[in-house]
Amino acid sequence: MQTKDINEDIKWAQINKDVLRSMENPRIGYWIAVGCCIAMLACAVTAEIYQYSTGMGPANLNWPHMWDIYIATFIFWIGMSHSGTLLSAILHIIRSDWRKPIYRFAEAMTTFSLMTAGLFPVIHAGRLWNIYWTLPYVSDRGIWPNFRSPLIWDAFAVFTYLTSSALFLFIGMIPDLAICRDNARGWRKKLYTALSLGWRGDDRQWRNFRKTYLLMACFLIPLAVSVHSIVSSDFAMSIQPGWHVTTFPPYFVAGALYSGCAAIITLFICLRYFFRFEEYMTIPILEKTCKLTFAIAMVWTYLNLIEFASVWYGHNYADKEVLLGKFYGPYSPFFWAMMFFGSVLPFTLAFEKLRRHIPTMFVVSLLLNVGMWLERYMIVSPTLAYGYHPMAWDIMYPSMVQWAIVFGSFGWFGLLFLVFVKIFPSVSMYEVKEMVYHRRRLARDEQAHVFHRRTGDHQSSGTATPGLEGA
Amino acid sequence: MSLRNLLENWGDYRKGREQGGHHKYEHMWGMAIDLNLCIGCNACSVACYAENNLAVVGKEKFEKGHALHWMRVERYWDEPNLGEDRVSEYQVHGASFVPTNCQNCNAATCEPVCPVAATYHTPDGLNAQVYNRCIGSRYCSNNCPYRLRYFNFWSYYESSWPAPLHMQLNPDLTVRDKGVMEKCTFCVQRIRAAKDKAKMENRVVAEGGFVNVGDQQFKVAPGRAKVQDMEFQTACQQTCPTSAISFGDMLNPDSQVSKLWRGHQVELGKTSQKKPNPDLRGYRLLEELNTDPCVMFLERVREV
Repeated sequence: MQTKDINEDIKWAQINKDVLRSMENPRIGYWIAVGCCIAMLACAVTAEIYQYSTGMGPANLNWPHMWDIYIATFIFWIGMSHSGTLLSAILHIIRSDWRKPIYRFAEAMTTFSLMTAGLFPVIHAGRLWNIYWTLPYVSDRGIWPNFRSPLIWDAFAVFTYLTSSALFLFIGMIPDLAICRDNARGWRKKLYTALSLGWRGDDRQWRNFRKTYLLMACFLIPLAVSVHSIVSSDFAMSIQPGWHVTTFPPYFVAGALYSGCAAIITLFICLRYFFRFEEYMTIPILEKTCKLTFAIAMVWTYLNLIEFASVWYGHNYADKEVLLGKFYGPYSPFFWAMMFFGSVLPFTLAFEKLRRHIPTMFVVSLLLNVGMWLERYMIVSPTLAYGYHPMAWDIMYPSMVQWAIVFGSFGWFGLLFLVFVKIFPSVSMYEVKEMVYHRRRLARDEQAHVFHRRTGDHQSSGTATPGLEGA
Repeated sequence: MSLRNLLENWGDYRKGREQGGHHKYEHMWGMAIDLNLCIGCNACSVACYAENNLAVVGKEKFEKGHALHWMRVERYWDEPNLGEDRVSEYQVHGASFVPTNCQNCNAATCEPVCPVAATYHTPDGLNAQVYNRCIGSRYCSNNCPYRLRYFNFWSYYESSWPAPLHMQLNPDLTVRDKGVMEKCTFCVQRIRAAKDKAKMENRVVAEGGFVNVGDQQFKVAPGRAKVQDMEFQTACQQTCPTSAISFGDMLNPDSQVSKLWRGHQVELGKTSQKKPNPDLRGYRLLEELNTDPCVMFLERVREV
């Protein structure tokens, strides 16, 4: 049974070789995956063209269901983006170095899921050709967007988060891009030369790099938390029963981290399998990710129960109606599926045997994300179905146009990710080296310690403190 | 210039409604609907379709919930399970009708959430919808507790008024295209015409100041048109066979609406109305949400 996060006698050149190998010679499976993603995207584009030319009617949206799974999927993708920041920034600051082999693709996931999420508010707008009016561009008419609207906060938050997470991804990649540059030919050489910004790996560059990276990490953490809080205020700031809930910001952030961690497990397993990254994406690291997911799942469950309790004991007739509509109304299958996938299924992560069994974890992580998507659907739709005004009570099921666009968004995300893994290193080479270096020193110190204890020499053990500074 | 606008708007907004709001009102159009008089004939709804160029969407789309009935007559049954439990063969009390149009709330929930400020409060006390500015995010409709905002899910203007029917379109206002939110405007085109006529005839109140309506004090703008009460009517009011609908300026203490509101002791800016005696039948829809609607309903009196 493997217990070490990473094998410490792995060679530097071996790391470079393994990671660079993953970037070349796409096999037939890769092209099939690309083809599938393009086909999915084509479904969405066709549906969107149809919707663009006819209006929002074909999407089966109606009065009072003005929003539906477009917005649910928007929240889903925004949520997905949070775990990248969790891994790369929060775990960086608390110095858990097991994140090092897996944070790069998680961060790419952040950027790409934001790029996917950003499409949905545009798609769902009735007149999407005017969507730029939500941005505060300087217009000679002196017309501004409405700064009181949570949708405007959304636009700002998502744009800021997208730019900074893309920047963070890029900055963290510079030393690796230099490695790629030194090993590439042709157009790749030109690309990596431009992107590595003249990285030579000297002392001053490393110092500046560390500072910038830490600064970006500190900047990104509050940003990530605020982004999903702001997305939650789309609902929490409204007056509707079931939406006007004070616990929504932490609830959304917990749900976001949850679905993101589940997605990391999925992609972890895919990359490990397809790129033969068994040496880097090891079972102990998977286990740690699973434990993290489990903890977040419990926080999410707790916040869910708080919401039910506060509605139940709040005795607001409308809020209660919405909650009961979820419990045993027409939405109850989705609701109970969400509760099962979101709160019961994560208990599989609590067992070591299951955590170490990769096929189980693959299926579980996918199902967790199904549950998290249902959670977003259960936030958006039941409130619209059971509002304050009983005249407007209505149940609506989304049409094929909506499903096609939601389905296609996964293709779009997959396409971006597939392109990424072949152009950029999906495992951070320099940080893996750092990790190996520290593990090596730790092991050496451990041995020295044992040796000194055996010989009765206690003085030299004080000097051998393992440090994490500079590699 | 734009930044200054922004700061000024913000400052005005921060002053809040306590000081009479960020508006200098010219009028505050309000309505009173007597449910005792309403017979549920739907004439108001039809008149609204004719006056405001509402698209006729057809049976299927109506069922799907794509209808655009700015004035809708809601029916509520006393025995909703009639036929299921077989307690009674027919409705003993019949239906109750509530004609609902946009409540033109003074603290409208739809206004702050619009990302592009396409809906805002006019100095006329109207909750206006600017079709040209609307991007169709539909947040306003989601945030309206009455669900009184309707969305153009399809492009109706080609199909709704086949050949000769397009001649009956009202030239005073536009036909809306797909992707735009719309709702009752209190027949803003008639309001405009009446105000313009008053100004042409030099009926203008030169000085501004404050007007008290109940406990509330409203700032009024100088140079506002002096529109007589009942000088014009909204389409629904004009059509109502039983005159259940009254409409007028709430800032004019002599208007019929003001008198009705005062008579039934319904006050603006309250979340609940005092009911010292059962003869006072006035209430506002969902006023406990503090939306402060400008439409008052007079309860239907019925035998128990």
